[in-house]
Amino acid sequence: MPRINSSAELEEIRKDILSSRDPDKPCITLCSGSACQATHCKKVAAALEQEMEKQGLKDKVHFRKTGCHGFCEKGPIVVIYPEGICYLQVKPEDIPEIVSQTLMEKKVVERLVYVDPTTGEKTTFEEEIPFYKNQERLVLGPNTKIDPKSIEDYIAVGGYQALPKVLFEMTPEQVIAEVKAASLRGRGGGGFPAGVKWEAARNAIGDPKYVIVNCDEGDPGAYMDRSLMEGNPFCVLEGLLIGAYAIGSHEGYIYVRQEYPLAVENVTFAIKKAEELGFLGKDILGSGFDFTIKVHQGAGAFVCGEETALIMSLEGKVGEPKARPPYPAVKGLWGKPTNINNVETWANVPLIITKGAAVFTSIGTEGSKGTKIFSLVGKVNNTGLVEVPMGVTLRDIVYKIGGGIPGGKKFKAVQTGGPAGGCMPEALLDMAVDFDQLTKAGSMMGSGGMIVLDEETCMVDFARYFLNFLADESCGKCTPCREGVKQMLKILTRITKGKGMKDDIELLEELAEVAGSSALCALGKGAPNPVLSTIRHFRDEYEAHINGGKCPAYSCKELISYYIDPDKCQACMSCGKKCPTEAIDGGKNLIHMVIQEKCTKCGSCLEACPARFGAVRKISGEPVPAPVPEEARTIVRKSKQI
Amino acid sequence: MQIDGKEVTVRAGATILEAALSIGISIPTLCHHEKLEPYGGCRICSVEIDSRGRTSVVAACLFPVEPDLVVRTRTKKLDRIRKSLLEMMLSHAPDSEQLLALAQEYGADKNRFEKEASFCIHCGLCVRYCAEVKKKNALGFIDRGARKEINFIPEIAAKECWDCKECFPLCPTSALQAAFVLNKALTFLTPPIETEPEE
Repeated sequence: MPRINSSAELEEIRKDILSSRDPDKPCITLCSGSACQATHCKKVAAALEQEMEKQGLKDKVHFRKTGCHGFCEKGPIVVIYPEGICYLQVKPEDIPEIVSQTLMEKKVVERLVYVDPTTGEKTTFEEEIPFYKNQERLVLGPNTKIDPKSIEDYIAVGGYQALPKVLFEMTPEQVIAEVKAASLRGRGGGGFPAGVKWEAARNAIGDPKYVIVNCDEGDPGAYMDRSLMEGNPFCVLEGLLIGAYAIGSHEGYIYVRQEYPLAVENVTFAIKKAEELGFLGKDILGSGFDFTIKVHQGAGAFVCGEETALIMSLEGKVGEPKARPPYPAVKGLWGKPTNINNVETWANVPLIITKGAAVFTSIGTEGSKGTKIFSLVGKVNNTGLVEVPMGVTLRDIVYKIGGGIPGGKKFKAVQTGGPAGGCMPEALLDMAVDFDQLTKAGSMMGSGGMIVLDEETCMVDFARYFLNFLADESCGKCTPCREGVKQMLKILTRITKGKGMKDDIELLEELAEVAGSSALCALGKGAPNPVLSTIRHFRDEYEAHINGGKCPAYSCKELISYYIDPDKCQACMSCGKKCPTEAIDGGKNLIHMVIQEKCTKCGSCLEACPARFGAVRKISGEPVPAPVPEEARTIVRKSKQI
Repeated sequence: MQIDGKEVTVRAGATILEAALSIGISIPTLCHHEKLEPYGGCRICSVEIDSRGRTSVVAACLFPVEPDLVVRTRTKKLDRIRKSLLEMMLSHAPDSEQLLALAQEYGADKNRFEKEASFCIHCGLCVRYCAEVKKKNALGFIDRGARKEINFIPEIAAKECWDCKECFPLCPTSALQAAFVLNKALTFLTPPIETEPEE
């Protein structure tokens, strides 16, 4: 495509692209994000290309490799348009059947469609699957419709519509006013109003000014920014361009962690394409506005997601946070006014400009407008990326979209906000999810990680896991974070080992106050949250560990024993064969027993014991019953008696 | 602005610490040094402020004054924070005179937390003095979080440190750590550095 020099030329090109595309021409899409690459979508793609070639469908059916669809639990995902037939967990060997049945004969391959895990009901079409049906995918939606290597696809779905509107019809002040009117709050963690931040950077004295995309997503289990960057880098760039115009910046950076190679690849490609077509560089679309973008790969420190640490890292220094004020808007990169927003925040901007602040604010709650993408993971049936309007209840996310807890287990809590977030128990399931409600409940929105926990998760151990993460990721600059988190981790570790002391809960609360109020940055200030929220909602679990030497979730290895119920054991040797440490004493017709000294508590025996016997169980907080006397150990089988 | 109930007028851009000193109110510090850029690492200078309708704890050595700012330098909460911070630092350097003097003031127990192997409390005075005043960068921090430690860069230290050692008396933990690490760094260098042969 030639360089586009005006708004009218862009519309011409959009018309050309749309008219060259027959909406009735079959199109088969394959989810090719990082998650699906891990489940071999590349092999599926190769098989599909080969089969289409073989059947002579290459010109009759369009094949598109898209970004992440979000339903990662069931990837790789194949969707066939225009019908919208959706196949899940597709393997290369399924391809010939899909091609011959669906592409050629328009028949549905029943065995590949979605089956509801509880009702067994089948769903053929993508939009009818409960996981998708209950979402509102304003930002994530285009991911399923565009190939991240095709700027034409982005233009075809209405991309680069907001940019000319801004450049030719709005003043920078009007753009800021629109974003402020939309009450767009930062999706990266703090929830600070983006428009206010932009205005501060615009009004700050200094030249040049910088704009930065923060794609240093580091929360365990969270990957919404990665999926946006991989699947639709164009909309992030468009958002950034609009922000740059509003702030008066001509230079932007994309700070993306080097552990996201596909995101780096796709955004670099999107920048190159945008430069070729005149969306970036000098005199963008003939408007006179200049803007360039550089991609910077971070080395993967969690703290570099904090904006001042990110700036230090970008300057080539050690990624340690600095005190604010001065805020980056006044004194940021190279000491110049700088505006940093997270990937998802930038991705919302084109939407606000094209649809208008009024439409945007019609979605969401009083204090939080628009949608939010959550990364729903943990003990939930449908793990994946979920985009919902602000204000949806946790229950709807976990049950309606997430499909509930697998294996008939009981829900225990949901953790939001990443390592510095908090846990919400069952009593808070009907809480509306938005920035303010989550903060009120002792957690936070964070960047949108959502980890579901079932009854088998020990809350003390869960808090310990996050503190361990934070102790490792702390930059070590300030005492409350470096030393305080380390001390809290030591206490939590000893509690999970059954060595907790009487005043440990109070000591944890004291250390939490120190770190929470006096740490330098948000990492240290937020570090006590996992501890405080678990103490607040699950104090009984802490007390059981400390006072009774009992882990109520039967999870802390030092506090549990495996025991074989002599009344239930049928001496089948299933457990003995699986035990890696030969800790099962028993033989044919001889009731089995666990030799506690040899047991490493791996749980293999519990898994191996046939469900109809159910003889192996975990005990905690009480002594292991005495072994069965030798003379009573022999099982006399009824069949043998006759 | 107001500090502990006293009205203060200072130049714009001054820190709370400077403002307090100007009217004779002392705030404890460890990582602060008049010749160095404010760092905000030790947090012992934490004070409570009321600013724009919000109460929060900030580092006095870093926070710039603003009109109508209200500062409290000694409250129950601040005492608790300082006590805990001292106890954590004393687990590294139980014999530091500077820490012990503050411990007495705030009732900190030097044996509260398990002793740590390293004496360093990460005030960064040595690292920053070498970088900012001497402009030699002979030592720096390596690693991060709880594993973070100061280390001399052998190539630079071997040339610069023997005749300088100005960082030693800055160390609030009696220079033990600095001396030890310097020693270790220098012994790495064998054979000794070659000098230009005389003509």
